[in-house]
Order: sequence, then structure tokens, then C-alpha cells
Amino acid sequence: MSLTGIFLCTFLIVHLIGNLQLFKDDAGYAFNQYAYFMTHFTPIKVVSYLLYASIILHAIYALVLTLKNRAARPIGYAQYDGKANSTWNSRNMGILGTIVLVFLATHMQNFWWKYHNDQVPYVEYRTDLATGARSITELQASEFTDYQVTIENNVEIVKARDLYKQVAYAFKNIGLVIFYVIAMAALAFHLIHGFQSAFRTLGVSHKKYLPLIQAIGVWLFGVIVPIGFALMPLYFYFVK
Amino acid sequence: MNLTLKVWRQKNDKSKGQFVTIQANDIADDMSFLEMLDIVNEDLTRKGEDPIYFDHDCREGICGMCSLVINGRPHGPKYGITTCQLHMRSFHDGQTIVIEPWRAAAFPVLKDLAVDRTAFDRIQQAGGYVNVNTGGVPDANTIAIPKRIADEAFESATCIGCGACVAACKNASAMLFVSAKISQFALLPQGQTERYERAQAMVDQMDAEGFGSCTNTGACEAECPKGIKLSNIARMNREYFTAKFFREEDVHTHN
Repeated sequence: MSLTGIFLCTFLIVHLIGNLQLFKDDAGYAFNQYAYFMTHFTPIKVVSYLLYASIILHAIYALVLTLKNRAARPIGYAQYDGKANSTWNSRNMGILGTIVLVFLATHMQNFWWKYHNDQVPYVEYRTDLATGARSITELQASEFTDYQVTIENNVEIVKARDLYKQVAYAFKNIGLVIFYVIAMAALAFHLIHGFQSAFRTLGVSHKKYLPLIQAIGVWLFGVIVPIGFALMPLYFYFVK
Repeated sequence: MNLTLKVWRQKNDKSKGQFVTIQANDIADDMSFLEMLDIVNEDLTRKGEDPIYFDHDCREGICGMCSLVINGRPHGPKYGITTCQLHMRSFHDGQTIVIEPWRAAAFPVLKDLAVDRTAFDRIQQAGGYVNVNTGGVPDANTIAIPKRIADEAFESATCIGCGACVAACKNASAMLFVSAKISQFALLPQGQTERYERAQAMVDQMDAEGFGSCTNTGACEAECPKGIKLSNIARMNREYFTAKFFREEDVHTHN
């Protein structure tokens, strides 16, 4: 749990930094090129398969452990005052994790699946390298062969799958936006407990480093990362 | 004061138990919780009924024998005390008090509120000891131990093995108990001989007894009457990982 959990946390940072390009007002010029790079650069593909395996392992192992832990107390308490000795999120990691898992399935279906199965629009960017002026045209499926970057007469032509447009389209759905924000709240509470818990499991209990790890767990993974992600659907719904 | 008790009554380890409502009348607020149960039991005995069976021994908070989950909290609503140190002034007249035994597969109920905690004894027997040479009594302080280390080991050694950590944990994990027992020896020079064998043997026995796993909720630390710290669990994990990855030794069997 701890090793896969920490690995998934490092992924979140990369994913957040990369996706900050969604906030760029360039009709997806940077983001779509980044999306192509992330899905076609071999070392990153290898890491992405490791990531999928980690998600599955983390979930399955959590289920196995939960069943074992349930078996360790076959008769429960008639009255159990959990809030007197522990935080709500630490006792409900399974529920929070399930919300995150359902979110992941939705998230992958919306973007990953559509991108990998040619269900997103196509786009052509023509950038005048002398002036920096850029024109954007949507391409038909018949006009698109593959991702290309060419330079003709000092004009850079980029043809790409337009994941940016798919993102903008998906986040016009208020239901999906609300679901994303709720899922990010669940992720925040999951990681506020989970990040420091992972290090404790690995035996870290140092008077200098443990408070640092706890602060990272709360402020980076409990506040900055989830808010950063939650701002993306909100940005597309309210601003774009 | 008068109280309504909802007490778990169970004939023996084979039968199914249930809650029974019993009135406790004329309870003084300077009584301990166990003295209150004594009064109730005298009353039941006079009426010819079976008294409530509960564990207790020293009644001064050092033996670890008294248990009881009182209104959803091991050792009742206060922090850092055992049930015998809990006074009836912590309750108010007319209150309903739910009293349950420790709940864990590894702690089967023997009768009413008493559970079998010999799982802890078997974990101790697996490695919670040090080998010493017999002979004359050695001089005091022949082995120099820094005060910081001695204090830390002593803190861990204050565990009285009551099992409140298991009772409080949502997973019924015994890791606070086992880690305290491993820590007190791992820290001291006298405990080095069996250090890694001990970590392996005690953890293996803990798993064999059917305790749950640790999810670091911290409930054990909060409910421990002796203030055993969660840092013991991290130390036990370090000891166990070191044993398993770098210093694995054949663990002798204990049957």
C-alpha cells in the first residue's frame, strides 16, 4: 500500500504540472503537443504502464487488507466512539479510495479512452515564425493522418489530436464538473492521511523529517494538488 | 446517582451473547467504575442472579487486567487511565452506560465482559525476552546506556499489555503492543543478541493470532492508558524490514 501509494503521489505532481498548460490561452497548442509527447515517448509509456499496475495493485491490496481487518473483529461494537481517538478520514480511507477509483474510471473513459481511440477532434495550428501569429483550424478525420510538425515558408504547421477541445467540451457538463470537484475533495482527505501513513508504514518516525512529511501531506497533497486539479473543470465551466 | 447499564452478557465462549439492561442505584461519585460494578454484583448476588463477570486485579492502574469498552471507548471516556482509575464522577445521574468486552477475533469472550488475552502471552513467548547468563548478580551500571536511550526504552516498557490498543483499533491490530515489546529490547544493549530474530518471531506470531493490520489511524496511541507512542510502530516496521531484507534468520518454531 505504502510503496504504490507514494508512487501514485509522485504521478499526481507530474500530472498537475503538465496539465497546468490547460490554463494557457492558446487553444490547446501547448497542451495537445504535450499530450502527444506523454502518449508516445517510450520511457513515459513504460512508466504509465507501471502507473496502471500500481493503481490496480493499490486497490486490490486495499480490498484484501480490508477483508482481513474485518475478519479480525467478527463482532463489532454496539457503540464505537471513533472521533475521540482518530480522524474521520483515517478511518474511512476505503470509502475515499472508492470515490477516487470511480473517478479514475470516469476520467480515463472521458479522456484517455477517447484520445487513444480516435474519438477526439483534430486540429491544425499554423504559426508564423516571424510574427508569432497563429491560426487554428479544425481538421476533418479524412484530412488527418498522424501528428505532424512541419515548417513551410517560415510557417510552422502542427497537426494534432485536439484533446484540449475534448476537455473544454466535457467540462461544459455541470454534472461532470461537480463530480470532479467532489472527487478531488475525496482525494485531498485520502492523501492527508495516506501520504504520512505511507511513510510511517515504511518506518519513518524521525523528529525532524516526520513533521516535514506531515506538512507535505497536508499542504501539497491535501491542498495545493487537489485544488489545482479542481480548478481545471471550474475554469472551463465558468471562464472558457 | 442512579444509572442504567447496558451490559454484554454471555454465558461462555461458545454461546451467543446479548445486551442486558441492569439498574445501578445509589452510586457514589467517588467510587471507581469497578467498585460500581461490585455494588451491582452484590445486588445481583442477593437476588440470586449470576453476577457480571469482568477482569480486574490490582485496581491501581498497573497490572493491565481490567478492560471494558465503556460508551464506545476502551477504559471509558478519559484519556491515559485504566478502567479501575475511572471514577463515577465522570458520569452523571440518569446516564445510560453501554459496557462491552474488547472485540477482536484474537480475544475471544470467555464470559460476559472478560476476554481471553493469552494471544498477547504467546506473542511474548515468541520473542519478548532476553537471554542472560546465570551466575552472580552483576554490578549495577556496568553497561553504559545513554540516558536518552534508557528513557526511550523505559517509555516502551511501561506497556501493561491490557489490549486497549487492539480494542480501539478499527482493524483490531495489535501493533502498538507488539511494537512496544520489540522496542524496549531493540533499544538496549541487552536486547541485541536476539534483536532481528525477535522482530520476525513476534510479528509472525501476531499475524498467526489473527490480529488486523495497522492503518496508522492513531486510535491506539490515543486510548493507551500508558501513553505508548505510535513511533514504536514505525520502529517495529524498521526492525522487521531490516530483519527480512538484510538479516533474516531462521525463526525457531514455538509449538
